[in-house]
Amino acid sequence: MNIVVCISSVPDTTSKINFTDGGSKFDANGVQFVINPYDEFGLTRAMMLKEATGGKVTIITVGDATVEPIIRKALAIGADAAVRINMNATDSFSTATEISNYLKENPADLIITGRESIDYNGGAVGGMISEIMDLPFVNACIGLEIEGTAAKLSREIDGGKENISANLPFVIGGQKGLVQESELRIPNMRGIMQARSKPLEVIEPSSDASLTSSVSFEKPAEKGACKLVDAENVAELVNLLHNEAKII
Amino acid sequence: MSVLVYTESWEGIFRKSTFEAVSYASETAKLLGTDVVAVSLGEVSDDELSKLGNFGATKVISIASVNKGDSQGTTNAIASLSADAPAIVFSNTYSAKMIAPRLSAKLNAGAISNVIEVASNTSPFTVKRKAFSTKAIEITTVSSEKAILSLAPNSFGLRETAGSCSIEKSDFSENGIITIEGQETASGKISISEAEIVVSGGRGLKGPENWGMIEELATLLGAATACSKPVADIGWRPHAEHVGQTGKAVAADLYIAIGISGAIQHLAGVNSSKVMVAINTDPEAPFFKAADYGIVGDAFEVVPKLIEEIKKIR
Repeated sequence: MNIVVCISSVPDTTSKINFTDGGSKFDANGVQFVINPYDEFGLTRAMMLKEATGGKVTIITVGDATVEPIIRKALAIGADAAVRINMNATDSFSTATEISNYLKENPADLIITGRESIDYNGGAVGGMISEIMDLPFVNACIGLEIEGTAAKLSREIDGGKENISANLPFVIGGQKGLVQESELRIPNMRGIMQARSKPLEVIEPSSDASLTSSVSFEKPAEKGACKLVDAENVAELVNLLHNEAKII
Repeated sequence: MSVLVYTESWEGIFRKSTFEAVSYASETAKLLGTDVVAVSLGEVSDDELSKLGNFGATKVISIASVNKGDSQGTTNAIASLSADAPAIVFSNTYSAKMIAPRLSAKLNAGAISNVIEVASNTSPFTVKRKAFSTKAIEITTVSSEKAILSLAPNSFGLRETAGSCSIEKSDFSENGIITIEGQETASGKISISEAEIVVSGGRGLKGPENWGMIEELATLLGAATACSKPVADIGWRPHAEHVGQTGKAVAADLYIAIGISGAIQHLAGVNSSKVMVAINTDPEAPFFKAADYGIVGDAFEVVPKLIEEIKKIR
C-alpha cells in the first residue's frame, strides 16, 4: 500500500505569536517549529498500517528549506521518503493544488492530512485535495482499519461518531483517535541516523493557484483581570454570573 | 444572485449553528443588496424549514434524498445551486468542514474559515477570522469572484427578523461511493460543540468516582460535561469528553473549569468561550490569567455550595 502523509511545520503550541512588517507577517524569530499535532496522529497511523500490511509511507510538505527539520523528524519516526514543494504555503488552495499535482504523477492508495493545522487553522487542504483528485473524503477521522482495498472508518460528528465503509483510494483528515496520544512515536537514535540517508525530493511549484490572501494580523483584545471570589462566598459567584454576566 | 447558505439538521431539527449561519448570510446579503437562499439536505418537515425565514432566508431549497455523510454528493448538490451566488455561507459543523473546502476547489472560489465578523468589504470580500488557535485575528481577502465563508462557532449570534420563506423541493440525487454504516450518539446528552454551557473537570478532582458533582452541576445548568486531556488519557473519562487543542473545541457562552490548571494546550481549545470560570486550589494556576471569574478553593467544598446557590435562583 502506497500511503502519502501531508505534514505541516507549525509553531509549537506554547509559542508566543507575534507579527512583523506592520502586522502583515508572522514573526518566526525564536519560535520552535513542530510537526502539526493533527498530522502526527495520521503519520503514526500510517506507520502502523505499513507495519501490518507492508507498503511505503511518503511524506509531503509545502514550504521553503526552513521546514526541513520537521521532514527529518518524520523520516526519523519511520517514513520512507519525503517530498518538499519549494513554496511558502500561504493559501489552502495553492497548497492543495501543488500536492495534487504530485499525486497525479505519483498515485497513492491512501492520502492522510490533518484535520487542520494549528497555525492558520484553515482546515481546508484535505477537502480540497479530495475534490481535485475526485476522491472520497472522511474528515475528523478517529478510526481507520484497512483490509486489502476495503476500509472501515469512523469520523467525529456533532454529538457522536459515524461509522463508514469505503474502498481505497480516499483522503482522510486525521486527529486524535486515529491513534492515541500515548502511541505517538519519539524518534530513536537509529531512526535519526537512518533519516539522514532517506530520499528527500525537492519539487518546484507549478504556478500560483491562490484564491485568498492574508492582509494583516491583529492581536485579540486583552482580557480584563479575573474577578476572584472568596471560597467562603460562593453565592457571590452565582450573583456575578446571574446579574453581571447574565449567563445563568 | 442570492447569497447561498448551507443548513444542517439532526434528526429533522435544525442545529443552532444553522440559524447563526442564516443570520450571517442575511447580513451579507444586505451588503450586496440581494436575498438569501438556504439549502437543506435530508428529510426536514415544512414546519421546520419555514423557521429559516425567521433569520432572513427568503427561499429554502430542500434536497431530501442525499447521503449526508458523503461529501462528494453533498458538495455536488450545493454546487448545482451555486452558479449565480456571490457568496456561500457555512457553519462550522463537522459536515460543513468537509463540504466547504471541496466546494472551493470545485468552483474555484476562495474559502475562508473561522470567520468572526460580517465582511468589511465585498469587492474583494474582506473578512476577519481567527487564526493561531485564537491567539491572532487575521484579515483575509478572497481574490475569486465567489467567496465561501465558514463561521467560527458561536461568534456571530442569532439575528431574528420578521420574515417568511418559500419552500422548494429538489429531487437532486447522487449515490456516493462511501457507505454510512451507522451512527453512535450519546442519547440524552448535550453535545460539547453545541452546548451553551460546558462544565469541565481536571486532575484536581482526584478520581473518576468524584464526577458525580460535575454531572449534577451540568444537569442543573443544562450543560455538557467535558474534561482535560490528562483525565481522558488516564481513563477517568471517555476521550470524547476531552476538550483542548487535540480534543474538541469549545466555544460556549460559559465554560466552568474545575480542578484544571489551564495548560496552554487546554486554553487553546476552550478560550473561544465568552465567559470562563476557574475553580482551583492553586492560586498560581494559569487558568486564573485567562478566566473572567475565579475561586481559589477546594472543588470538593466549592462545587456543592455552587450547586446549592444555583438552585436558589432557579
